[in-house]
Amino acid sequence: MAGVDEKAQALPPTRPLGGAAITLFWTTPPSPPPRNQDPPPPPASPRPCHRSLSLDRGMVNPPRVRESIGREAFGPPPASSDWLPARWRNGRGGRRRARLCPGWTAAEDGRSSTLGGLLGRQLWLLRMGAGRFGAPMERHGRASPTSVSSGGEQAAGGPEGRRQEPLRRRASSASVPAVGASAEGARRDRLGSYSGPTSVSRQRVESLRKKRPRFPWFGLDIGGTLVKLVYFEPKDITAEEEEEEVESLKSIRKYLTSNVAYGSTGIRDVHLELKDLTLCGRKGNLHFIRFPTHDMPAFIQMGRDKNFSSLHTVFCATGGGAYKFEQDFLTIGDLQLCKLDELDCLIKGILYIDSVGFNGRSQCYYFENPADSEKCQKLPFDLKNPYPLLLVNIGSGVSILAVYSKDNYKRVTGTSLGGGTFFGLCCLLTGCTTFEEALEMASRGDSTKVDKLVRDIYGGDYERFGLPGWAVASSFGNMMSKEKREAVSKEDLARATLITITNNIGSIARMCALNENINQVVFVGNFLRINTIAMRLLAYALDYWSKGQLKALFSEHEGYFGAVGALLELLKIP
Amino acid sequence: MAECGASGSGSSGDSLDKSITLPPDEIFRNLENAKRFAIDIGGSLTKLAYYSTVQHKVAKVRSFDHSGKDTERDHEPPYEISVQEEITARLHFIKFENTYIEACLDFIKDHLVNTETKVIQATGGGAYKFKDLIEEKLRLKVDKEDVMTCLIKGCNFVLKNIPHEAFVYQKDSDPEFRFQTNHPHIFPYLLVNIGSGVSIVKVETEDRFEWVGGSSIGGGTFWGLGALLTKTKKFDELLHLASRGQHSNVDMLVRDVYGGAHQTLGLSGNLIASSFGKSATADQEFSKEDMAKSLLHMISNDIGQLACLHARLHSLDRVYFGGFFIRGHPVTMRTITYSINFFSKGEVQALFLRHEGYLGAIGAFLKGAEQDNPNQYSWGENYAGSSGLMSTSPELGPAQRARSGTFDLLEMDRLERPLVSLPLLLDPPSYVPDTVDLTDDALARKYWLTCFEEALDGVVKRAVASQPDSVDAAERAEKFRQKYWNKLQTLRQQPFAYGTLTVRSLLDTREHCLNEFNFPDPYSKVKQRENGVALRCFPGVVRSLDTLGWEERQLALVKGLLAGNVFDWGAKAVSEPWLVDSYSEWLQRLKGPPHKCALIFADNSGIDIILGVFPFVRELLLRGTEVILACNSGPALNDVTHSESLIVAERIAGMDPVVHSALREERLLLVQTGSSSPCLDLSRLDKGLAALVRERGADLVVIEGMGRAVHTNYHAALCCESLKLAVIKNAWLAERLGGRLFSVIFKYEVPAE
Repeated sequence: MAGVDEKAQALPPTRPLGGAAITLFWTTPPSPPPRNQDPPPPPASPRPCHRSLSLDRGMVNPPRVRESIGREAFGPPPASSDWLPARWRNGRGGRRRARLCPGWTAAEDGRSSTLGGLLGRQLWLLRMGAGRFGAPMERHGRASPTSVSSGGEQAAGGPEGRRQEPLRRRASSASVPAVGASAEGARRDRLGSYSGPTSVSRQRVESLRKKRPRFPWFGLDIGGTLVKLVYFEPKDITAEEEEEEVESLKSIRKYLTSNVAYGSTGIRDVHLELKDLTLCGRKGNLHFIRFPTHDMPAFIQMGRDKNFSSLHTVFCATGGGAYKFEQDFLTIGDLQLCKLDELDCLIKGILYIDSVGFNGRSQCYYFENPADSEKCQKLPFDLKNPYPLLLVNIGSGVSILAVYSKDNYKRVTGTSLGGGTFFGLCCLLTGCTTFEEALEMASRGDSTKVDKLVRDIYGGDYERFGLPGWAVASSFGNMMSKEKREAVSKEDLARATLITITNNIGSIARMCALNENINQVVFVGNFLRINTIAMRLLAYALDYWSKGQLKALFSEHEGYFGAVGALLELLKIP
Repeated sequence: MAECGASGSGSSGDSLDKSITLPPDEIFRNLENAKRFAIDIGGSLTKLAYYSTVQHKVAKVRSFDHSGKDTERDHEPPYEISVQEEITARLHFIKFENTYIEACLDFIKDHLVNTETKVIQATGGGAYKFKDLIEEKLRLKVDKEDVMTCLIKGCNFVLKNIPHEAFVYQKDSDPEFRFQTNHPHIFPYLLVNIGSGVSIVKVETEDRFEWVGGSSIGGGTFWGLGALLTKTKKFDELLHLASRGQHSNVDMLVRDVYGGAHQTLGLSGNLIASSFGKSATADQEFSKEDMAKSLLHMISNDIGQLACLHARLHSLDRVYFGGFFIRGHPVTMRTITYSINFFSKGEVQALFLRHEGYLGAIGAFLKGAEQDNPNQYSWGENYAGSSGLMSTSPELGPAQRARSGTFDLLEMDRLERPLVSLPLLLDPPSYVPDTVDLTDDALARKYWLTCFEEALDGVVKRAVASQPDSVDAAERAEKFRQKYWNKLQTLRQQPFAYGTLTVRSLLDTREHCLNEFNFPDPYSKVKQRENGVALRCFPGVVRSLDTLGWEERQLALVKGLLAGNVFDWGAKAVSEPWLVDSYSEWLQRLKGPPHKCALIFADNSGIDIILGVFPFVRELLLRGTEVILACNSGPALNDVTHSESLIVAERIAGMDPVVHSALREERLLLVQTGSSSPCLDLSRLDKGLAALVRERGADLVVIEGMGRAVHTNYHAALCCESLKLAVIKNAWLAERLGGRLFSVIFKYEVPAE
């Protein structure tokens, strides 16, 4: 429980309730997948390659990050030679874009000659623009290939494009078996791990070092309200490295790790920090930082001041802001963003974080007896059978995804009534200025003064339709009356707003789960941060209205999955 | 003629509260005979329903007793006409604001003569609140009925009985309303009732329905949250604010999140990413209008999304919306429709109801009137007594809306006989009687409205002349003129006020208005005279037809049908060549085996029925074809009524052995259509007629006259052979159809195998 966010502590039951009871699911791994017959690709390849396995051909046994707990290293990459073209045929914008990141071009250079066809053309395009590492020209190079892949990007972009996406997406992933292991057991194998590359030969370490991206390693998710930043702090820096480390890189590391707050609005969620994580053969801590999107200009300015561009690093960014601020990054910060599909990143991030757990504890949890504040318990949940899964991401707005496998998912629907609506309405109704303040007010309010309940209309349960008297019949329904408007407090209004938005999300999620025939629903997103009221309500509402058929699940790192996914893209961890 | 107007109770309306601006005799009509009250008290509107009987005059025809006379005197009319009082049943629905409730109850108490009524069915959220008041004022016991049950009963009732009840709302199109023709199978459907909260009900049959879901974000949220945000207290004012706001100032849109990139990404930048997402700041003020608009979008989108999710789960594609949140407000219908289209990708249709506000009252009434079996009858909307939909003009402020919102009326006549669809329709669900949709066709609308305005003087004169002995005929005729003129003006402004505007609806409205002022049959004398003349000509016409060769005779018979159709407009000759001419196919068909049974829809009295239709019928009978001759149940213009046709047939039978024996052997059957319209709706026909058609295996349908074969049914597809004949007696229409005045339509159709 170290490093619990102070603000979180201010709210009584929001933080973990039952850490002791957690069973780490990876200590009893599911039966290993038939790896020999159908080897998955080496996703955690520390080499900063493009996950294009043919690039690995010729490498007998690519350096592997080893699972520390009872897992063997990954097998060799699949020998399937038609795999790559298939990838390209079905490539999606997000992935393809990732492949075009300038940071990778150098690593690929030596091998490109082995590639023909489409990929060759892509690389050619890349080389045309990327003559020199980190040079401005490279950016142009990045820009031009985007047009090659624009067809994919359009659909992958945002809400509307995605509406037509699911079929294609599913079709494409169905025909791309090698993108990820199809067996879910294998999925975890590929993901990150705890221990370092103990068995990796010196030579491989050397090769790793060359091919993995340079530090610093960031993943960025620029949402409508909040920017989520994950930062990997290497703890295994050798003296030699330390010496080589340029001053600006050092100062970034020191700045980020020695503070918990940045400027007036940036906050490091210390309690979420993942310790001793091995990524791309490097061991270190993963830090979780957030700040409001409206401070993005200041962030970019800081990047300029700290001379980020000299580090020749790549910023992998997702979220709408990756598009919105791309130009600012370029013109002000002299930084090239690698834009990534937000849903791809989200799913990737969730699956990865779930697999590495939470410093020995379970990442995923649920509530037992959510309606009873005495008996309510937060308990770890072993997400050993994650699919199918309904993923409800509650940020400013809400996206609902049906996930059938790592690469097979579709966006089912979304709603504009999300965290932004809660906070926005609270600001208007109560004059509060922060999300924390809004939640704090809500925790003290009584929504039944604001809402009209079934019992207010029918005197009790509405038996004809089986509606319980306590159910809300009309959110803010009592506010139609002048007297009642005058009798409510700001706290009551904040509470009612929270209940309204939460119930609605629960209701839409429930309908989607029914329509998609999925019974586990994972709620993520920053709306749930320090928001036990909402989580318990979601848990209760889902259970009650589905008569126990649906289970609401939550995840410790709530809002950071997109950013984690972006970091994984940077490291080419599939 | 009795002096007291049978309809309207106006004489002592002065006692009504002065705040009621409409003349009370137009509001609580026929209250003396009222029984079976039901009341639906909502948050702001009260809907009162009662059942009453309407006494009005009808023209009856009766044969003279000819026994003992062997010759007819030339100048004697063929039958006598008498005006009689008839009592019909009518349902009255009145909608008014809750503020008037006490005044209205007082008025009802003062005027209620009928004392049989002991209970009043009550529903709606306000029923509790006003229970004591109602019991005290009316001395009636309040019987509380379940809100949703009433709503669904009412919904089923209007869907079954009111043509063009449901409509889709299309923003920015002219007209914004697109009415649905009545679907013979209304079940199953999804009803989304947006009151203070939202209830989503799946209706499977008349009595089986299920609450499948709901949402607490509804009209109460709009009102309550809107009042908090904007300090605006009234619902309508909130909507008015919303109609002027810019939600993009408050909502976080996709373009706010993605910047300019949404275009290259192929995203619609205008989609809302987060409702009220921009208001999450302390240092900005937001306008009331913008917040109201954002709230409206938020709620409408949310309801639309949930409705779509439920529709999908239950595999339904029709969703009806009702409740006070909608209440005919264009701005809410627009946002709901948008949301449904967006979330269902066009697979689900958002339908609204013209009488959505009355559903609860209708249902409560039906619950209370179960012993009268109201569901056994067919009902028809009385255009004269109903106020129709309000204007949807976006400029219309709450003040202007208030007038029509203050009192709104719906009257439904109980029809004598239940109506059903003609079994011979090829595809009943897709049958649309009317040929031209005047709501759609602005040019045609303008023409016909002017046409009906110009003809009004003539109709008024004819009405006065039809009742020479009545002292108040001129006065009543003037009232009729005012009423119909006002209706026409309303329709100019709001063509959709009574559903799809058609020539048929204009004609029917005129008939309803004439009836309203006790001009049941202005043409009765004209018809009587013409029938007399034609009957005297009948033997000569038949004789001369019989002298013709077979082929000549067939042409002469068809020309006779067409000619009779023309004479009432004084045409001397039809225009050659025929505009639509499939005569040779028809002739060829006649050379084949006879039809088993022909169903003929007759048009005019006089020459048409006697010298056109009857000789044609006689030829069919001679060929061995049975004939069902269908005439209107009630009078309309100079159309032959069923009772007139009976007398005419009887007289012809006296002259012609063929018709005589056919009548006796029931090879010629005279039936009524169930209609009193100069047009013909094949989906609403007398049940007996339909049964007979089925029983006799009718394999030929003959429809004659402009009203039945051109204004309606021109495109009607039947599953048997059909003949549609008319002479276009209107230059404008003839030109539209590509012909000249008095062009002939002879359309013989054989269904594709």
